[in-house]
Amino acid sequence: MNLQSDDFELFGLTPQFAQDRAAIDARWKDLQREAHPDKFAAQGAAAQRLAMQWSVRINEAYQRLKDPLKRAAYLCELNAAPVNAENNTAMPAEFLMQQMDWREALDAASSLADLDDLDLQVKQAVRNVLHKCEQFLDQQQDYQQAVQQVRALMFIERFERDVHARLDQMDITEQGQ
Amino acid sequence: MALLQISEPGQTTNPHQRRIAVGIDLGTTHSLVASVRHGVAECLPDAQGRVILPSVVRYLKDGGRQIGFEAQAALALDPENSIASVKRFMGRGVNDVVGREKLPYRFVDHPGMLGLETVQGEKSPVEVSADILATLRYRAEDTFGDDLFGAVITVPAYFDDAQRQATKDAAKLAGLNVLRLINEPTAAAIAYGLDNASEGVYAIYDLGGGTFDISILRLTKGVFEVLATGGDSALGGDDYDRALADWVMAQAGVRAKTPQDKAIAIIAARACKEELSAAHCAECHACIGGENVQFEVVNQQFEKLTADLTQRTIQAVRKTLRDAHLDKDEVKGVVMVGGSTRMPQIQRAVADFFGRTPLTNLNPDEVVALGAAIQANQLAGNNAGGDLLLLDVIPLSLGIETMGGLVERIVPRNETIPTAKAQDFTTYQDGQTALALHVVQGERDLVADCRSLARFELRGIPPMAAGAARIRVTFTVDADGLLTVSAKEQVSGVETRIDVKPSYGLGDDQIAKMLQDSFTTADADMKTRALVEARVDGDRMLLATQAALDADGDLLTDASRARIEALMVAVRTARPLEDAVLIEAATQALAKGTEAFAAMRMNRGIQKALAGKNIATV
Repeated sequence: MNLQSDDFELFGLTPQFAQDRAAIDARWKDLQREAHPDKFAAQGAAAQRLAMQWSVRINEAYQRLKDPLKRAAYLCELNAAPVNAENNTAMPAEFLMQQMDWREALDAASSLADLDDLDLQVKQAVRNVLHKCEQFLDQQQDYQQAVQQVRALMFIERFERDVHARLDQMDITEQGQ
Repeated sequence: MALLQISEPGQTTNPHQRRIAVGIDLGTTHSLVASVRHGVAECLPDAQGRVILPSVVRYLKDGGRQIGFEAQAALALDPENSIASVKRFMGRGVNDVVGREKLPYRFVDHPGMLGLETVQGEKSPVEVSADILATLRYRAEDTFGDDLFGAVITVPAYFDDAQRQATKDAAKLAGLNVLRLINEPTAAAIAYGLDNASEGVYAIYDLGGGTFDISILRLTKGVFEVLATGGDSALGGDDYDRALADWVMAQAGVRAKTPQDKAIAIIAARACKEELSAAHCAECHACIGGENVQFEVVNQQFEKLTADLTQRTIQAVRKTLRDAHLDKDEVKGVVMVGGSTRMPQIQRAVADFFGRTPLTNLNPDEVVALGAAIQANQLAGNNAGGDLLLLDVIPLSLGIETMGGLVERIVPRNETIPTAKAQDFTTYQDGQTALALHVVQGERDLVADCRSLARFELRGIPPMAAGAARIRVTFTVDADGLLTVSAKEQVSGVETRIDVKPSYGLGDDQIAKMLQDSFTTADADMKTRALVEARVDGDRMLLATQAALDADGDLLTDASRARIEALMVAVRTARPLEDAVLIEAATQALAKGTEAFAAMRMNRGIQKALAGKNIATV
């Protein structure tokens, strides 16, 4: 075990997509209990620096492990199938059509109910893609297929953020009235 | 040769084992210092038995200073030289101060942080805050009759990097060893003893004199995990005072023109507001411009004219809950902090929103200092068995300016700290040899809408085709929420590194100068101070090393152990000498000589955490 260990090793987890979020959270806290700089506040600068490195590394792994999208992308990468999101944005036509439909629905949404409805559709889509991720990663070990799903998920999550931004806006306007 | 110390049987082996550590709440309107004594956190009173120190510093013509109640009493008499609510100016430029035209001060504009012109010349907000902190430090030292080991200082969760750095500098200037900056809501959560009694999600609603904070925390077995934090660093009880003062004067048809009149109006409004917390109506009277203003204010009127302020806090609460991905009914309890939460309309608004009565059983003025004291006690190592752990978050996103004045976000807000993030950038012109980096903090997409933290340049990039260089910029945010940025060109290895300190114009040399100015500098004083500090540092290192040897000495070979012990003897030998440089050198050598040992211990700790879990899951 060292700073170069991968996230799953560091957290003592089986390297697979399906994970128990509560177990990840608990492990994270156990590790921080040992490594957090506050545990070394009275022990000089060298110990502090080291604790800082470990603590940062543990938080980095936690951010990746707890988030299904990041976890899936990380597994692809560990298995020599990098997602390369910035260089590869080609998506199936069918998927892009749906994205366009959603964008139009978002532009047309005029009430909190409209937005909530859209939000629900997006959440369902996320669940479907995550399910496929699990199949490709854990059952079939088909990392190229998994990469496709990760890319789709990135699109969907970006759209979800836009929906939430509109929800925030509408919330403030309604409050102001 | 140094004499060996032998302790009495049954006593602790080291007479200096108990280190005096304090928690300080450096508040907008008042400040407090607290410490854990006999296992209980309590606020330390001054000689008159008062625990509160008004955060007001008055600079006198003769070079003297009044700090606290005396200065507060002079607010109306000498408003320009009596600096109140200085917390609002920390790490802020003149243009950042909302409602500055209503304040009686003579501001001096500087890039980054403003200055205040007084009879004693220009004062930085850092210096004013340091005067307050030093007063509390002396109070604690008098109480214990001993030097302080260190202090935990609280800041609003919503403070950005510049404001945190300014606070830390003020503490340094006041001669305090800062163990940690912690967020006020987190401190309040600790004080509420939520650590032992409670599990679940709690909201901390903290409305102070000048700032509003809302934090959502999850508590599990002594771990305080901040899920999200939000608020407004320029909204507090002061705004309620001002709204009331403006309204009363408008009703009475008078205008406050002079600084004195402005101060008088606000003091009168504050007294009236405080009365309204306990009564249905109150008189507001003040003598403005020779005219006696007297006006009766009814609770509902005050509530109505400040309703938008209250609503702003509730809006921030909603937003923070969304950030935490939680519904309000998942919140198990709401803790009220800050004197301004005494206002009935605030308590009602919070109760209405959450659908539950907020917790108010601790004194809202003291709760933050008490929590900080508990954390200080643990950080000083006095409570070795304690397993309090704070996992805080960065309150505002950090990013860098890219082409067209846009922000590329690198560390998103509400991410657990400490954290480090790297991002690669490249050149956009052939043969470009330098790259300017502009670090900003905030949530907006345009650089112009965010706070500028620092600008720095990476020079000496070997000339390459546009887009060929790979410049990796790493943002590191420590547990105090303070940022360091480093940049490295991957191909050539050119490196640059900055602490984000110079952003508001206070470099280490300026702090050194302020230190000199403030400790009316007989050279001998400085030397004594340096010597005392060197000894304290040496003792700290010796204690830490001994504790490490006791706990994990079995990791070392006999030879390594002997080397470390020799370095410890060197520090003990240097200690009685009247030479700070020698003591520092020996301490440094010990620190360096134990680095490998520290790494081994850390690995053991991590393995232990994993092993314990594996056995549990098997």
